[in-house]
Amino acid sequence: MTAVQTIPTVETAQKLGLRPEEYDSICEILGRRPNFTELSIYSVMWSEHCSYKNSIKHLKTLPREGGKLLVSAGEENAGLVDIGDGWACAFKIESHNHPSAIEPYQGAATGVGGIHRDIFTMGARPIAALNSLRFGKITESRTKHLVKGVVKGIGDYGNCLGIPTIGGEVYFHECYNQNILVNAMSVGVVKVGETVSATAEGPGNPVFIVGSATGKDGIHGATFASADLTEDSAEDLPSVQVGDPFQEKLLLEASLEAIKTGAIVGMQDMGAAGITCSTSEMSAKAGTGMRIDLDKVPTRQENMEPFEILLSESQERMLIVAHVGQEHLLEEVFDKWDLQCEQIGTVTDDGRLKFYNRGELVADVDAHSLVLGGGAPVYDREKKEPGYYRALIDLNEDSPTQSRDLLAIAKELMQSPNLVSRRWIYEQYDSMVRTNTVTTNDPADAAIIRLKGTKKALATSTDCNSVYVHADPYVGAMIAVSEAARNIVCSGGVPVAVTNCLNFGNPYNPEAFWQFANAVKGMGDACRSLETPVTGGNVSFYNQSVFEDRTEPVYPTPTIGMLGIIEDVALITTLSFKEVGNQIISIGLDLGDINSSEYSQRILSVAESKVPYFNMQEEIKLQQVVSRLIKGKVLQSAHDVSEGGIFATCLEGGMPHELGFEIETDPNLRADRHLFGEGQSRVVVTIKPDRASELKDILTAENIPFIVLGTVTEGPIRVNMLDFGDICDWKTEYDTALENYLEK
Amino acid sequence: MKFGVVIFPGSNCDHDMIYMIEQIMGKEVVELWHKDTTLKGLGASDCIMIPGGFSYGDYLRSGAIARFSPIMQEVIRFANEGGFVMGVCNGFQILCEAHLLPGVLLRNANQKFICKNVFIKAVTNNTVLTAELELSKAYQIPIAHAEGRFYCDDRTLESLRANDQLLFKYCNSSADLSPSANPNGSLENIAGICNQGRNVFGMMPHPERAGDKALLNTDGRFLFESLINQIESISHAAAY
Repeated sequence: MTAVQTIPTVETAQKLGLRPEEYDSICEILGRRPNFTELSIYSVMWSEHCSYKNSIKHLKTLPREGGKLLVSAGEENAGLVDIGDGWACAFKIESHNHPSAIEPYQGAATGVGGIHRDIFTMGARPIAALNSLRFGKITESRTKHLVKGVVKGIGDYGNCLGIPTIGGEVYFHECYNQNILVNAMSVGVVKVGETVSATAEGPGNPVFIVGSATGKDGIHGATFASADLTEDSAEDLPSVQVGDPFQEKLLLEASLEAIKTGAIVGMQDMGAAGITCSTSEMSAKAGTGMRIDLDKVPTRQENMEPFEILLSESQERMLIVAHVGQEHLLEEVFDKWDLQCEQIGTVTDDGRLKFYNRGELVADVDAHSLVLGGGAPVYDREKKEPGYYRALIDLNEDSPTQSRDLLAIAKELMQSPNLVSRRWIYEQYDSMVRTNTVTTNDPADAAIIRLKGTKKALATSTDCNSVYVHADPYVGAMIAVSEAARNIVCSGGVPVAVTNCLNFGNPYNPEAFWQFANAVKGMGDACRSLETPVTGGNVSFYNQSVFEDRTEPVYPTPTIGMLGIIEDVALITTLSFKEVGNQIISIGLDLGDINSSEYSQRILSVAESKVPYFNMQEEIKLQQVVSRLIKGKVLQSAHDVSEGGIFATCLEGGMPHELGFEIETDPNLRADRHLFGEGQSRVVVTIKPDRASELKDILTAENIPFIVLGTVTEGPIRVNMLDFGDICDWKTEYDTALENYLEK
Repeated sequence: MKFGVVIFPGSNCDHDMIYMIEQIMGKEVVELWHKDTTLKGLGASDCIMIPGGFSYGDYLRSGAIARFSPIMQEVIRFANEGGFVMGVCNGFQILCEAHLLPGVLLRNANQKFICKNVFIKAVTNNTVLTAELELSKAYQIPIAHAEGRFYCDDRTLESLRANDQLLFKYCNSSADLSPSANPNGSLENIAGICNQGRNVFGMMPHPERAGDKALLNTDGRFLFESLINQIESISHAAAY
């Protein structure tokens, strides 16, 4: 080892985010004290982001194989599911919360870019994007700024890339005032057997870096101390990466084309921790090592230090291991697409990563010791039930009186930023490119893309109501999984697998960790019940607001990205009311539960209450019967009851074709509770009147409760004989509310 | 009749254009790569399509770099010889940058990317693209662009009118022109134009996205049908 590098102390390790005992382990693994470059490598690889050290123990309790999974969770960059007809679907969701909170446009854009790379690095062509966003109070000017930046960032990146953004969810809650959440999901397809693994098999094989040049962007933890080590000041380096969707489009096409040449052994995209992460993970997976010459990496500026090249998170790059002797095939493709393709090293057989700079060995570390499942540390953190949990009030026992008449309540409720149309957002996304998006012209509970050349379609959904999860992490996470599955079932699909994005507070805060542990438990139980294994995803800790005297975690937000298969596009069922005179029926037990509802928060001003009613067995039965009804062509429409309750559900059903509804609430329930309650496992369907007896017979035989709410009208809305005006007026308010909040 | 589809780095509606032509309209497609220096045998009875996307990343200005690519020199020559050329979205922007069509496409009035269904009406039947369209009908075709606000100076507008070069205008579902039906602030609701020779067409809406019953959007077929029928009848007549 060269003597040029000074040997840092344990204090430096701590500044890099390592714990003293972790520093000791590194010394033990190396048999000596690490130099700064090596310490930087360990610090990023053993960071929460790369190692999952505080979460992996719990993540391993999730159902991670079985069903239609082609690879187990964590084995590849994304989950891979058999969708039949010789095709597989790769899909994954990932967070980009902190970068987006600092620089919303680039943070969100690179979040989108990163997740698509995870998909096409496996050889799958991304065919759809979804997202899940959380912002603070909508009236805050900072929130408006963040919403505009994030939406533009997602749009500009995805639109240029030519991958349709087909769905998502957005919630506003003051717990996200400081720390927004930006979770992006990509869905891709690949022929079974044509996937590429992130592996560095075959000592002697050449290692290439392709795509953009490496710059000083995104070098996080290591930057602080660089003043001691480099002549350049690192202080002004951007901590947020800058995305270039055009480069990504070229990288996408070139990568997929390069795979077809057969010259590729393994490939991994460069996200967090850049070259460090991709070289160590690919080597560790294959049980090999690598010799890398850092001076061969194309850089954006001169005199980059070895640790900067190793840690750079410059976007739109890939690491490729090729078959020796077939380098020219790779180079031809990247030349066609005018992209850089540089050999920077070779695969070795000793399990070590040896990084050289101008011939000098600057770091020599064991690949296996760096990675999750290898030498990376694993912890279980302390849990403590938060004080608020048992103190939450039950609005069903201690019921506030209905304050105003139903119409006034409905009008104000439907101005909630959590209920109004997302039109202002989704019109900024190209949702149609590649002409597969079925739900553009007739929305369904899930976002649906057909698969050209087959009868099939994929149904996708992102879901999580964090108010419910806050109220009860175990039940709330079960609800998130169940709602995602319900959305797919209501659209005519069969839920098959889950990707998750677990957004929580500081894991060293026992209360936040209690939320995490319980949410993962609930997620696991629900996924087992619904037979939807978890294919992978991402954990984002440290989402919190900082106040002068304390920090407060955001509401626990375990976002579910669910994939479903629609066997035949003829089964696609949409949420819109279709014909005047159709019957409107609510299926599922209805207790008029208003706990944690938009109604209780916004109208009754109860910020926190218990989690709404949920029963897993009833949920399963409900989904089974809805699926059966759809296969039997009994339903004209199906729409699950979620935020805003039955009234919002009916309104959303009526608006697409500008049809109204005339409904009566259940005489056994208080009208406001029945209209606006958010008890789970309910679906509103419409049917032609001549199918009513058939529907009722099936539900009765299955012992599933239902309520005949009323009928579809030409436009007028009447609730319990009260005139609620015309659907068109509601639609105008609904469509324009968000832009009024954001732009006026 | 065959179609040539030009593919630039950054084109992303090329798949959709090829799918529409091959699968929906049943016509042959010849793919033209931006580095190509010939039109691969395409001739007077064929039509070259420049699809949408972000050619060269829209660096500098939409379409500004694409016009200098090798293939565009061939396309320009082909158009100047009377060959049929049509640009959609980014393709329209490229044709304007290449001076095959007059005017420019500015950033949308609301400064945002807009993707949605809009209605357009044909305002002349005097081109192969619009010959078979009903002038009183509103055709539902999607738009997806950030820079689609057509603009030109008064003299150019006057000459576009005088030469019957205005092809499509944004309208409402009843085919009425109104400011509220104009999604991007285009001058006089203009959605598409042609050149004086009536052989080069540009439009911002995407007819290739509106051809498939499965997507519940099929009005784009009318444009392709007119284009194909008319070009085929011209070349048929020429053959005699």
